Amino acid sequence: MKTMRLTGLMRKEVYEIVRDPSSIAIAFVLPLVLLLIFGYGVSLDARRILMAEVVDHPTQLTASFLAELQRSPWFRPTIYPDQASAEQALMAGRANAILWLRSDFTRQAYSAGSAPIHLTVNGVDANQARLIENYVNVSWLLWLQQEATGQGAHLETPVAADARVWFNPALRSRDYLVPGLIAIVMTLIGALLTALVVAREWERGTMEGIMVTPVAKTEILSGKLIPYFAMGMGGMILSTAMAVFLFGVPLHGSLLVLFGTAALFLLTALGMGLVISVLARSQFVAAMIAIVTTFLPAFILSGFIFDIRSMPQPIQLLTHIVAARYFVTILQSAFLAGDVWPVLLRNVFGMGVLCALFLGIALLRFRKRLD
Amino acid sequence: MDAVAVGNLSKSFGKGTAHRDALKNISLEIPAGSMTALIGPDGAGKTTLLRLLAGILTPSAGAIRVLDHPLPKEALALQRQIGYMPQRFGLYEDLTVEENLSLFADLHSIPHEKREHRFAGLLTMTALGPFRKRLAGQLSGGMKQKLGLACTLIHPPELLLLDEASVGVDPISRRELWSIIQQQVAGQKVTVLLSTAYMDEAERCDHVILLHEGEILAQGNPAQLAASFEGRAFVLENVPTAPRNLQAQIAQLPGVVDTVIQGDGLRIVMQQAEPPALPQKLTLYGTPKPVPARLEDAFVSLLFSRTTRHPIPLPPQRDIAGDDTAVVAVKDLFRYFGAFAAVKNVSFSVRKGEIFGLLGANGAGKSTTFRMLCGLLPSSSGTLRVAGVDLRTAPAAARARIGYVSQKFSLYGALSVQQNLSFFSAAYGLENPRKQDRMAWALEELELKDYAKMNAGELPLGYKQRLALACALMHEPSILFLDEPTSGVDPLARREFWARVNALAESGVTCLVTTHFMEEAEYCDHLLLMSLGEVLAQGTPSEIKAKARSKAHPTPSMEDAFISLIEEHEQASRRAS
Repeated sequence: MKTMRLTGLMRKEVYEIVRDPSSIAIAFVLPLVLLLIFGYGVSLDARRILMAEVVDHPTQLTASFLAELQRSPWFRPTIYPDQASAEQALMAGRANAILWLRSDFTRQAYSAGSAPIHLTVNGVDANQARLIENYVNVSWLLWLQQEATGQGAHLETPVAADARVWFNPALRSRDYLVPGLIAIVMTLIGALLTALVVAREWERGTMEGIMVTPVAKTEILSGKLIPYFAMGMGGMILSTAMAVFLFGVPLHGSLLVLFGTAALFLLTALGMGLVISVLARSQFVAAMIAIVTTFLPAFILSGFIFDIRSMPQPIQLLTHIVAARYFVTILQSAFLAGDVWPVLLRNVFGMGVLCALFLGIALLRFRKRLD
Repeated sequence: MDAVAVGNLSKSFGKGTAHRDALKNISLEIPAGSMTALIGPDGAGKTTLLRLLAGILTPSAGAIRVLDHPLPKEALALQRQIGYMPQRFGLYEDLTVEENLSLFADLHSIPHEKREHRFAGLLTMTALGPFRKRLAGQLSGGMKQKLGLACTLIHPPELLLLDEASVGVDPISRRELWSIIQQQVAGQKVTVLLSTAYMDEAERCDHVILLHEGEILAQGNPAQLAASFEGRAFVLENVPTAPRNLQAQIAQLPGVVDTVIQGDGLRIVMQQAEPPALPQKLTLYGTPKPVPARLEDAFVSLLFSRTTRHPIPLPPQRDIAGDDTAVVAVKDLFRYFGAFAAVKNVSFSVRKGEIFGLLGANGAGKSTTFRMLCGLLPSSSGTLRVAGVDLRTAPAAARARIGYVSQKFSLYGALSVQQNLSFFSAAYGLENPRKQDRMAWALEELELKDYAKMNAGELPLGYKQRLALACALMHEPSILFLDEPTSGVDPLARREFWARVNALAESGVTCLVTTHFMEEAEYCDHLLLMSLGEVLAQGTPSEIKAKARSKAHPTPSMEDAFISLIEEHEQASRRAS
C-alpha cells in the first residue's frame, strides 16, 4: 500500500461526502429522524388506553376505584350507560377495553375468591391486550390495599407478589429501544451507504478509470472503508449523545467498551456493504440488496424490537448470521446493565467471526477487472 | 520494437444461450511511437480489445504483451505506464478540475514538487486554466472530455488507449482534443491506440485496423487502404435540384456501394472501378467524374458485402413547391436560467417536409431550444408555434403532433422490442385496430421483425436507434425532433439512419435535428448555426459555407465553416466583454 494513493482516494471520498447532500442525508439526517421517531413516538408501553367503564350500581366504593384508574397515566376512562353501548364503542374502535362493575361490586369487593370486576379487552393487538390486563390487575390490587389500609385492616391475598424490576426500573421501553437503534443507524451508514457509493462509481464509469491506474485493490477498498468508518463513528457519537442527553437513557457501561464494540460492528457492516458492492453495479440493485439483507434483518431479527427467544427455532438460528443481533445485545446491556463480560465476550466473538467473513469475502471477490 | 503484441487472442462473454464471441482469434502488432486507429461497426469488439490491452479484462485464449508486460499477469505493473480513457470517461463530478487532476496524480504517485509544473502544462494545453476551481460536473461536454484526457496524461503514459474520446463533442473541442493527442505523439513519443467512429480521425493515424464481428477485416496504412479502392469513387457536381432525392435514386443503381451528399453534389462509390451507369432520366445531371478514394470508401466497401442492407425505398415524390406553410415558427425566443441567458433572441421558421439542422458548440443553447420546442421547458419570452399550435397555451395539443428521439437511450431496456412499441403506442393514446396496424408497420418498415422478441437493452446500437425512431413514429407525428440521434453510431448505421430520415421528410414529415457530424449537416435543407445562445447564421448548407469563404479557404468544408464562424463569434464576444 502506498500512502499517497490511499490519501488521494480518501481525500476524494471526503470531498464527495461533503459536496453530495444525499450521503449526508443518509448518514446524519435519517438517523436523526429515526432517533426522534423512536425516542418520542414509538413506544411498546401501552399508554392512554381508552377504557370504557360501565357501572351498574354506582356507590362510594365504585367511585373510589374508578378514581384510582383515573389517576393512573395509563388509562383514559369514559363512562358508558350500559354494557351494550360500551360494546358498540369497542367495535367502533373508540375503546380498547371495557371495565364492567356489576351491581354486586360493593358486596363482593372484600370477599375472597370472587370476581367483582369484569374486563373485556380488544385482543387484536395481543401485546397491548396483555398489557391492559396486567395494568388493570395491578391497579385493582393497589386499590384493594389502599382501601384495606384506610380501614386499618390487613388484606388477605393468597400470594403477595413483591416485584423488583432490574436494569430498567422505570419500565420505559424507550430505554432499550434507543440503544438498539444505534445498531440500525450504523447498519445504514456501513452497509447501505457504502454499497451505494461504490455502485455509483460503477454507474458513472469512474471505477473503470480508477482501475486502469497503478492503484491496488486493497487501496481502493481501504479508500472506501476508512472514510465511511469515520463517518459511522460520527453517527455513533451523535446517536449516543442523543440517547443520553436528549432521551435520558442511563449509560451504565464504560464508553471504552461501547465504542470498541461499535468499531467492530461498523467494520462488519462495512464488510457487508463492500460485499454487496462487488455483486451489484447499479445503485438501485445495491440499495435493494442492502435494505433486504442488512437493514431489515437489523430491524426485525436483531432483538431490537422482537425478542429472539420467542421466535421459532429455525428463525432463531437464522439470527446468528445477523451481525446486528450481537451488537443490539451488547448495546442493551452496556446501556442498561453495565459491562457484563460474559455477555460481551460471547457477542464480540460472534461479531468478530462475521466481520472476518465479510471483509474476507470482499477482499477475495473484489477484482480490478470488469469480468 | 512493438508496444503491443497480440497473438491468437479470443474473448467471449456469457454462458449457454447468452454466449457471445467478442473477439475471435486476433493477432496484431503496434509499433512503439505510432498512432493506430481501431474502426468498425458497433459491436465489432473495439472496446473489448482496448479493455483487454488495459488489463481490465482477462482473455479467453491467446497471448497479450503490452509494453513488454505479459497480460493479465503483469496488469498492475503495466498500469503504471499506460493511460486509458474509457468511452464515457467518468470524472468525479463533485470534484473540481484541479482536484480531479490531483487525484490522478496521487494514484500515479507523482511527487508533489513536480505537480505544479505538470498541471500548468496540462491546463494550458487543454485551455482549462481559467476553470481550475470549477466542479467537473459543471463543465461543458467538450471540456469534460479534455479534462478526462488531461487526467489520463498525468504521469505521462508511454501508451495511450482512447475509446471513442471524441463522441458527443463539437467540432471545435474535437479539433482541440486531436491537437493534444498529436502533441503527445510528436513531443513525448507516446504510442496511441484509439477507437473512433470518425473516418477523418482514422485517416490522420499511421495505421488503421478494421474490426468486424470480432475479426480483423483489414489493416494497414490509411492511404494504402484507400488506394486499393482507387478508381471506384466518383463525384456528380452541381446537382441543380435537392441532392437528397437524387441520392436515394442513385443508391439503388446496380454496382453502387455508397452515395453521400457532398456540398452541391453527390459522391458515389462503386463496387468495381467503373463509373455508375446513370439511367436516361438522370443523365441530364451530367457525368460522374472520378475522384481519389479515401478511407471511408474502403470502410464502406469492405463492409458492403458482409452486411445485409436493404435499400430504403423513397415514397412517391411530392410536390412541395408552393407548400410554404411554416410548421414551426419561433420568434424572439429567450430563455434564462437565473441571470444566465441560455437562448438569446432566436427566430427561425421551418417549412413542412423540411430537414432542419441545428448546429453549435457544446453549450451553445441547441438542447435548450429543442426542449422548448418539444414543450418540455417553458420559454422566458417570445412566441413558439409548433404545428400551428401556440406552445404557451396548448402544449399538450402540440405534443400530440410531435415525435422525439433523444440522444440518450430512452427505451425500456427490460422490455422486448414489441413491448416497447406497444407501450409507446398506448402512451400516445393509440387504440386497436390502429395500434395493431402501427405496430405491424414499425416491425415491417424498420426491419425489426427478427428482433421483435429481444429485449431492447440487448439490441445492437444501430437497432436501438431504429427502435427509438419507431417508438417516436407510432402516432404518425407531423414533426420529428432528433437530438444528436447518431452520436457514437458507426458510419454504416448512420447512413441507414439518414436514408430513413430522408424518406420520412419526403413523405411530408418535418424533421428537426441536432448533430456534431458536419457531413450530416449536408443532408439538411436549412441550417441554424448557434453560438453562445445566439443565432450566428442561417440558410442552406451552401449559404453557410459561403459565409466562411476566404482567400485562405476558397472551398471550405462544412466543418471548416463551422469552426471559423464560431471561433470568430466567440472571440468577438470575448472582446466585447
